[in-house]
Amino acid sequence: MNVHEFLASPADASRREGPHNRIVLSSRVRLARNLKGMPFPGWAKKAERVKALEAIRPAVESLSQMANAFSESMDNLTVLDKNILVERHLISREHAAKSAGSGLVLNRDESLCVMINEEDHLRMQALRPGLQLKQAWNAIDQIDSKLEKKLPYAFTSDLGYLTACPTNLGTGIRVSAMLHLPGLVLAEQINQIIQAVNKLGLAVRGLYGEGTEALGNVFQVSNQMTLGETEADIVERLNKVLAQIIEHEENARQVLLEKKPKAVYNHIGRAYGTLCNAHIISSKETMNQLSLMRMGVDLNLFENLERWLVDELFIITQPAHLQKRFSEKLSAEERDLLRADMLRDRLRNVSRPRVHSNGSGSQQPPEKS
Amino acid sequence: MQCCVCKDREAKVHLTQIVGDKMQKVDLCEECAKAKGVNDPAGFSLADLLLGLGASQEMEQAAGSSDLKCPHCGFTQADFKKAGRLGCSECYVTFADGLESLLKSMHKGTKHLGKAPQSLQQSRDLSDKLKSLQKKLDKAVEDENFEQAAQIRDEIKNTREKLTELTA
Repeated sequence: MNVHEFLASPADASRREGPHNRIVLSSRVRLARNLKGMPFPGWAKKAERVKALEAIRPAVESLSQMANAFSESMDNLTVLDKNILVERHLISREHAAKSAGSGLVLNRDESLCVMINEEDHLRMQALRPGLQLKQAWNAIDQIDSKLEKKLPYAFTSDLGYLTACPTNLGTGIRVSAMLHLPGLVLAEQINQIIQAVNKLGLAVRGLYGEGTEALGNVFQVSNQMTLGETEADIVERLNKVLAQIIEHEENARQVLLEKKPKAVYNHIGRAYGTLCNAHIISSKETMNQLSLMRMGVDLNLFENLERWLVDELFIITQPAHLQKRFSEKLSAEERDLLRADMLRDRLRNVSRPRVHSNGSGSQQPPEKS
Repeated sequence: MQCCVCKDREAKVHLTQIVGDKMQKVDLCEECAKAKGVNDPAGFSLADLLLGLGASQEMEQAAGSSDLKCPHCGFTQADFKKAGRLGCSECYVTFADGLESLLKSMHKGTKHLGKAPQSLQQSRDLSDKLKSLQKKLDKAVEDENFEQAAQIRDEIKNTREKLTELTA
């Protein structure tokens, strides 16, 4: 089975529901582990990397959690396959650049993904839709506890799990959540939030953008420190900060609707107009406009548009996904045409966003999830 | 302004991060920014980048000399400067002196408090137990409570056996 047959369709992938998924797109916990006595992948010679892969891959495949998994050596994947996996957030760009001597094991429902010989011998991650950091940590903790019986980890009681980069030393944990924050961006409060979050020792990364202005208003918040703190404490700290960010985002949306309803309707109406009528549109513009449409759905401005359709379009309008749909190699210009065609087609039945009669926006309380 | 990675092309990407009361700055040319994954959605971190630049100098100073070489994998200080990554798990012993101050500035503490492999966790627990039993024994002997001391001695023997079993 190739990776395209294995992966859930974008339609199914975008229908995964999780708590707080109005704002939290997904949760992820990643652990970095290395084998004792073996050079780290970046320093190892090819033969050593292959040896590590041959030791690790069967151990990972044998886990009960990995029944019916997709397991492949990176040199058997095409560039397009790898880019699709990057766009689904299953592997890193760094891993996509790997070839022979690196591997990937992905479980059946795409909630567990193990990268072999990325920066470390093992980069294992648990993914969950919405805000579910604890669940993700528990899932990956279980995998790790099983693997430690099969593989000799590099570990010392003082420094913990030894990693290629000292930034990951100790727990080797990276706890992160992907957030959709259009309200804070429109209200121009996002920089304040980022600074405050940075001060707490957490990192904010624009998901698809440089600096702070993230494409599609999507941001990734994660811990930076991995040594001198327990995993549970790190998860707890992230949870507290995320709860605050969610509250600020909800507030920002409410305040915008109350104080500047016209500006909000204008943004969302223009996004609708562009996406439903464009004939040439870049991936970047698509994401930014879809983000506004998604906020429109959250604010109950669309009568017949569901959030999953916006999320599905988010996935399928990315370059590799678009390329996958069409057999012949596409240039960027050709992709922009096809992307616009696809958007017009998929959004053809969506009616224009409504304007709340009282002029102040949605009176509906935030949806409980 | 020169790119601080290739030290050749002109820097066009300027990044600033404030951690605590420290401000860190990096200036990169477009190519190095791309190579370092500044546009990479999956995991660009300024800290990682800075590590490869400022941190290795910090390490060098702390280590005194820059001709340190890992006996296990042949990795050198200069390699760390270039890659910002270490060569193997033994490098943590080789470069321990230089790493200490680096870890202090980077992390919450310098001692691991999290999860440990179960086998190690058990031996960690047992050696903790041994230490506290030894203290109890000393106290009992001091108090001339020999009956209790004999009991503790047996317990110590037991625990020690378990520990050797584990590490064997």
